[in-house]
Amino acid sequence: MPFGNTHNNFKLNYKADDEYPDLTKHNNHMAKVLSKEMYGKLREKQTPTGFTLDDVIQTGVDNPGHPFIMTVGCVAGDEESYEVFKDLFDPIICDRHSGYKATDKHKTDLNFENLKGGDDLDPNYVLSSRVRTGRSIKGYALPPHNSRGERRAVEKLSVEALNSLDGEFKGKYYPLKSMTDAEQEQLIADHFLFDKPVSPLLLAAGMARDWPDARGIWHNENKTFLVWVNEEDHLRVIAMQKGGNMKEVFKRFCVGLQRIEEIFKKHNHGFMWNEHLGFVLTCPSNLGTGLRGGVHVKLPKLSTHAKFEEILTRLRLQKRGTGGVDTASVGGVFDISNADRIGSSEVDQVQCVVDGVKLMVEMEKKLEKGESIDSMIPAQK
Amino acid sequence: MASMFTRVLSGRNTAVIMAGLGAGTLVSSYIMMTESGVSAGEKKKLYPPSADYPDLRKHNNCLASALTPAVYGQLRDKLTPNNWSLDQCIQTGVDNPGHPFIKTVGMVAGDEESYEVFAEIFNPVIKDRHNGYDPTTMKHPTDLDSSKITSGMFDENYVLSSRVRTGRSIRGLSLPPACTRAERREVERVVVQGLSGLKDDLAGKYYSLTEMTEQEQQQLIDDHFLFDKPVSPLLTCAGMARDWPDARGIWHNNEKTFLIWINEEDHTRVISMEKGGNMKRVFERFCRGLKEVERLIQERGWEFMWNERLGYILTCPSNLGTGLRAGVHVRLPLLSKDSRFNKILDNLRLQKRGTGGVDTAAVGDTFDISNLDRLGKSEVELVQCVIDGVNYLIDCEKKLEKSQDISIPPPKRKMEVLYTQVNGC
Repeated sequence: MPFGNTHNNFKLNYKADDEYPDLTKHNNHMAKVLSKEMYGKLREKQTPTGFTLDDVIQTGVDNPGHPFIMTVGCVAGDEESYEVFKDLFDPIICDRHSGYKATDKHKTDLNFENLKGGDDLDPNYVLSSRVRTGRSIKGYALPPHNSRGERRAVEKLSVEALNSLDGEFKGKYYPLKSMTDAEQEQLIADHFLFDKPVSPLLLAAGMARDWPDARGIWHNENKTFLVWVNEEDHLRVIAMQKGGNMKEVFKRFCVGLQRIEEIFKKHNHGFMWNEHLGFVLTCPSNLGTGLRGGVHVKLPKLSTHAKFEEILTRLRLQKRGTGGVDTASVGGVFDISNADRIGSSEVDQVQCVVDGVKLMVEMEKKLEKGESIDSMIPAQK
Repeated sequence: MASMFTRVLSGRNTAVIMAGLGAGTLVSSYIMMTESGVSAGEKKKLYPPSADYPDLRKHNNCLASALTPAVYGQLRDKLTPNNWSLDQCIQTGVDNPGHPFIKTVGMVAGDEESYEVFAEIFNPVIKDRHNGYDPTTMKHPTDLDSSKITSGMFDENYVLSSRVRTGRSIRGLSLPPACTRAERREVERVVVQGLSGLKDDLAGKYYSLTEMTEQEQQQLIDDHFLFDKPVSPLLTCAGMARDWPDARGIWHNNEKTFLIWINEEDHTRVISMEKGGNMKRVFERFCRGLKEVERLIQERGWEFMWNERLGYILTCPSNLGTGLRAGVHVRLPLLSKDSRFNKILDNLRLQKRGTGGVDTAAVGDTFDISNLDRLGKSEVELVQCVIDGVNYLIDCEKKLEKSQDISIPPPKRKMEVLYTQVNGC
C-alpha cells in the first residue's frame, strides 16, 4: 500500500515468529516458497518507494487458493520489488514459469514480420482474434502501491501519448469517472468496458483503491486497438478484430505498441523492462512478454475428445471460457491462447497460437468427418 | 521546455522549485528521474497534497462533508506514534462513495492516537455523526450501574428477544484496520486469557476460527453466534479482513447468554442476550460481565481504551462513547403499518432494522428496535431510553389492537450532556 513504508518499521517491534502468516491451509505459489526463515530475512527490507514484504504477500495471505488452481499469491509494488525481494520472487517465477531460472535471459521480439502465416485461419471456426499485453511506466509505483497523485500522473501521461497517435491509431480517451451513460452503453456493447475489480485476488492487493479515479479506456476510431489505463497494470494494450487474421492483429499490436513507447521515451518515462524479466508488470504471472494472444474458436468435437487437454499442453496453449479467465465455454466455443509468458518472445508465443489453432481446426474438421486424429497429435513443443 | 531547464538546474531541489512554479508533472518528473524511480521521501515533494487530494464530488459520507483540501493538506504527512497515516484512515470513505439516503461515516481509526493526531478531521466527522457532540468542549458520561434501570421487563407477547452489545479495545495495540498479525494475535491472547477467569454463570469457552471443528461451527451457526469474514466493502476497504481468519474467534458462556467476538470489526465485541423480554437482566449481566473482564485484564497490566472526551475508543467513529446498541426483536404488526411509525421512532431516538441486523429488511412484522445514539449519553441512559421507548411502542400496538388512537410522543432531547459541567458554572 502507498502508505505502508513507515508502518513496516513499527512492525519490526514484534518478532518475526509472531508476525509470520499462518499458511498451513494455503495453496498458492507464495505459500509454497515463503518459509519462516525467508520471512525473517526479508521483512526488514523495503523498496525505495517503501513497498514491503507484507505488502507483496498480503493478497496471498488473504486468499488461500483452491486445491485445483494454483494462484501466484504475491504482487510487485514497483520495479524494484522484483530485485529487493528476489529471494521470494525468483523461486515463484521459476515454479510458475516452467523452470525459468534466476540467471535466464528473456528475449523480446516485437517485429511482426517474423511471424509466419497467421492470415489464413478458417473464419468458419475462428470467430475472433486478439492479442493483449501490459506495460508499466518507469518512475511510477504499480497499482497495488501507487498514491492518487501517481495514478493521476500515469493517466495524464498516457492520455497525452495516446492522443498524439494518428492514422489507423487515431482515437479517444474515456475516463471512467466522467463517462456519459451513452458512452458507457456503447463501450459495454463493444466488449471494451472494464469494471471495478471484484476478484478478491485483486482487491486484497489494493488495486481497486480510489476507484474510479484516474481510470479510463482509450480506443481508436476503428475499435481495433484499445488501451486500459490503471486497471490491474498501468496500461493494458489490446488489439482485436473479428475473424481469423491473427497476422493483421499482431501487426497492429506491434506497431501501436512501438509508437506509444516512442512517445513515453521522449518524456523520459519509458516502459519498465530488463533483460532477465522482460516487461515488468504487477503480477509475476505476466512477466516476460505479458502477452496473451488468443482466438475464440469453435471446437465442439475436439473439446470433448479424450486427448483435448493433452493436445493443448503439448501445443503450449491453454483454454478459457469466452468470458475470459475463470469462465466456462459456451456452445463449444473456446478461448485458446498461449500458456507461456516468459522465456520466449512475443513472436514465438503468437506463432504457437497460430500454428496450434490451425492444427486444432484441422483436427476438428477430421472429427466432423468421423475420422481419427491420432496421427495428428503433436509432440511436446 | 525540459531541455532549457536541465541546462540551468539539476538535482532534487529543482523539482521543488518546478512544482512550486506550477510546472507540469512531466517537467518536474523529468528532472527528478533517477535510475530507480521516485523514492518515498521524494514523492512528498513531487506530489503535493493537492495532487493526492481525493475526488469526493460524488460522495455522500461524513468524511466527504468534512475533508476540505486545506485539512487534507495539513494532515496528509502526519503519522501517529504507530506510523499510521491519514490516507489509511480515509481509504474506506474514498472507495465507498455512499448512498444518497444513507450517510455512512467514511473513515476509521488505526489506533487510539488517530483520534488525536487527526483531530482536525475526526472532530467534525464526530460532530456530524453524533448530533453536534463537540469533543473539544464536551465530556462523555460512562455509567454501567445496571441497578438504576426501571421497568426493564417487556411484555413477552410482543418482545421475542433482548440484546445489548458494545465493543472494547485493548489499550496499546493497534485497531483492526492497522494491526499487524502479531498485534492481532496478542489481542486474542490477552482477551482469551482474561475470559478464562470468568466464573459461575459467566464461565465459558473459546472457539478459534482457525481451529473450530465442523461440528462446533454448525452449533455456533445454529445459535446465531458465528460471525463471518466481512464482505461489506465498507469494512474490506478499511483492511479489516486482512489475514482472515488468523486470530479471530468467538467466546461464549456455557449458558449462551454472554458472548464475545474477537478481532472482527473491533478488538472485542461484547454481547449479552436472551430470549424473551427481560432487558434488565440482560443489561445487568452485560455490566457485570464487562466489569469482570476489565478486572481480569487489569490484573495482567492491560486496560481498555477510554478517555473522558470520547468515552470508549473503537474503530469506527460511529461507535464512540458507549459503543452501545441495546435492542429487542419485537412484533409490531399494526404499528409498523401506521404512517406515524417512523416519526414515533425518531422522537423516541430509536431506529429500526430488519431481524438480520444492519442493512437487512424486516421479516413479517418483527423488527429489531434499538437506540440511535452512542455518544453523549451514558449506557444507563441509553438502555433506559430503549426500555421506555419499546414500552411506548407496545402500548401503541395494544391501542391499535383495540382500535384506539395513538399519539406521537414529544421529541427526546438529542444531547443530554450539559455545557455547565464542563465550564464549571
